[in-house]
Amino acid sequence: MRRFITVATCLVSLVALASAAAAQGTLRVGMTASDIPYSGGQPDNGFEGFRFVGYQLYEPLIAWDLTRSDRPAPLVPGLAESWDVRKDQPTKWTFKLRRNVKFHDGSPFNADAVVFTWESIKKQDAPHFDTYGSAQVTPRLASLKAIRKLDDYTVEIETNNPTSFVPYQVCYMLIVSPTQWQKVRDWRKFAEQPSGTGPFRLTKLVPRERLELEAFKDYWDPKRRAKVDKIVFLPMPEPTTRLAALRSGQVDWIEVPPPDAIPQLKGAGFQIVTNTYPHNWTHTLRLDKEPWNNKLVRKAANYAVDRVGICKSLLNDTCTPATGVTYKGHPWFGRPKETYEYNPAKAKDLLRQAGFDASKKPVKPVHLISTSGSGQMLPLAMNELVQKNLREVGIDIDLQPVEWNALTQRFRLGFKGENEGMNAWNISFNFQEPWSAFGRFFYSKSVVPVSLNTMPYINPEVDKLLDEAAQTFDIGRQNEILAKLHEIIVDDAPWIFIVHDLNPRVLSPKVKGFVPPQSWFVDLTSVSVGK
Amino acid sequence: MWAYVGRRLLLAIPTLLGASIIVFAMVHLAPGDPLSAVMPIDASKADIEAARHRYGFDRPLPVQYLHWLGRVVQGDLGKSISTRRPVLQDVTAALKNSLVLAVSASLLSFGLGIALGLLAAFWQGRVLDKLMSAVAIVGVSVPHYWAGIILIIFFSVQLNWLPAMGASAEGGAVEYLRHMVLPTIALALIPLGVLTRVVRSAALDILAQEFVLALRAKGLRRARVFAHVVKNAAPQILTVLGLQFGFQLGGSVLVETVFSWPGTGYLMNLAIFQRDLPVLQGVILVLATFFVLLNLAVDLAQTLVDPRIARH
Repeated sequence: MRRFITVATCLVSLVALASAAAAQGTLRVGMTASDIPYSGGQPDNGFEGFRFVGYQLYEPLIAWDLTRSDRPAPLVPGLAESWDVRKDQPTKWTFKLRRNVKFHDGSPFNADAVVFTWESIKKQDAPHFDTYGSAQVTPRLASLKAIRKLDDYTVEIETNNPTSFVPYQVCYMLIVSPTQWQKVRDWRKFAEQPSGTGPFRLTKLVPRERLELEAFKDYWDPKRRAKVDKIVFLPMPEPTTRLAALRSGQVDWIEVPPPDAIPQLKGAGFQIVTNTYPHNWTHTLRLDKEPWNNKLVRKAANYAVDRVGICKSLLNDTCTPATGVTYKGHPWFGRPKETYEYNPAKAKDLLRQAGFDASKKPVKPVHLISTSGSGQMLPLAMNELVQKNLREVGIDIDLQPVEWNALTQRFRLGFKGENEGMNAWNISFNFQEPWSAFGRFFYSKSVVPVSLNTMPYINPEVDKLLDEAAQTFDIGRQNEILAKLHEIIVDDAPWIFIVHDLNPRVLSPKVKGFVPPQSWFVDLTSVSVGK
Repeated sequence: MWAYVGRRLLLAIPTLLGASIIVFAMVHLAPGDPLSAVMPIDASKADIEAARHRYGFDRPLPVQYLHWLGRVVQGDLGKSISTRRPVLQDVTAALKNSLVLAVSASLLSFGLGIALGLLAAFWQGRVLDKLMSAVAIVGVSVPHYWAGIILIIFFSVQLNWLPAMGASAEGGAVEYLRHMVLPTIALALIPLGVLTRVVRSAALDILAQEFVLALRAKGLRRARVFAHVVKNAAPQILTVLGLQFGFQLGGSVLVETVFSWPGTGYLMNLAIFQRDLPVLQGVILVLATFFVLLNLAVDLAQTLVDPRIARH
């Protein structure tokens, strides 16, 4: 027996030694996605697909500046050096393209590539139409009508109507290499051997298992040449799996750790990286039915939630209280009158004014929530705290958990059919650009099924401000209008604003140089991995 | 015997049809739909309807089913909704990984289980028997996903000896084997417990029979008696082995999910959450076929071991 133990110990140590000799300058990332996001150009898997695949392999004409942590990421020139809307015809935009940019296959980037990409998304009868990619990105390019080549390095983008939000849409159209597509002539094959202009190129793709990228040596921007040689992305939908993979040294970076593991990870020397970014976790209320059709009740609910408690005790500081759609310090936050700090006495008072009373006329809404899901944080535990807070002031919400896939499907239908008996849903959203922040939820023309105004929220003043913002081409002035709009929404309280996620990720002590931007996306070119 | 094999294979057809109809119906009964998982939340109703039409989800269910069946008969399992890859390609790759795991876990659990069971039977009532029974009870009652998590915490996180997740990385066979160790142990626990108990009770049954007494009375050595007992217990053990192997292949969803092992169980779990119907149907069909063939193989093997069990 003793000999057996000795042999076994030797074997195990040998195997352990063999694994220690991993490659240097390689960043290994555990993603939350359950599969490798689509790499054929326009990614799937929502913003995680853009974060790790889309924006690493490809580039848009207008890009996000992800190099700073202290302000929401602004838009900056990407593959276009400059752009301008025509004064005489505000539906037409001229984009001057960057010269001397190469695709990963060595072919040059030019106006033909932009038009080719546009056709792959919009021209259904083109041989290079990408059915799948098109379905992913089309909703993000809602205002764009046509793209024309003016010369080799100039394109014109035409929109359906004059709108200043065009740059916020162009940033999602990722330019693919026509030369590479002609070589493979099939989008599935293209996804396996893709070619963009991004700072990384794909070297290996094992579906559902791993994606390997290497630094693109001929990248056009010397400031953004990758410091690591190689990045490996591994899909790990289970939080505990990600945690174990990080702690066992299989990966150097994980997205969204389980919040209760954070103190232990800190103790073990890992870097916990957080920052505010455009994410909100809310209850979207039904406004055409009791009790949420009463503004006083909605305000009462907003004063009843102990947001600090949720972030401190439950989520270990991986979120921050939300008192509006955006957060304080964001250019669209403004100066709302209502501050929604935790004030149960005020909440009870507001309920009384609204004519509700816990004993005689209790408030009993039914809220549809998810059990888990991308970006949903810890929906069950958080909602139980919200429920407890609201019950303390006399609002007795009935939580109905459904699985994530079912919730998104029901959300798109609005409060009709099987949702008739519901009074709210809990889904988290991004507010990356004006449309996703306000347009799709608070515009009277966005009522379901057109877009996602499920409540429905109808306010002519908000409509007017949204139209005005869309007509204002000066970003500073546009931000002011949106801040005014936000003040009105906070006062109307069509949502119970609860928390903003802080995008927690955990990096091993070896990972250096990562700057967490106020964005859903990241710049991986500044990252290096030490020994 | 060949007529018997032919008949059994023919009987497999209604079994597989039944399995596929049940899966098809269950996916459609569950709330949610396949397109919710692949379309962005902002997709307009028109976009979703167009996609629904493209995938054929707007047709009546029986028509959808028959359409699917028509292609399967021609050897085409269709394409995944969420990845657009051919289902056959994904299922084959996953099946390979699952088979590897099922075989390694089976070797471990069958070898140990049979040995422990026989030892316990021959030393019935002694300390060794009590110890083996304890092992068996632990194996049967500890949830294997929980055991998997404990193994990860101990061997990956604390000791840093073995990888916590995934199948292969760079580094070839040694790496692949290293990734296999923990899931194999986790997966082997239940069959180990089951087998130890079955083998013990089967062996005890036979030990209690009169022919064993006769063998002993004739003065046969212990080892010869042992051989007789094993031979007589074999058919019963074989049945359990077959079933357990099948369970390990199809029932490893939890273990594969805990270890992110890219096998059929993991694939099935993903497909369920994404409502990826073609993938789900494909996995179930392949697994069901495997089960049918495995049962047939076990039945035939029983005949070989014990000619008294004739198969006509």
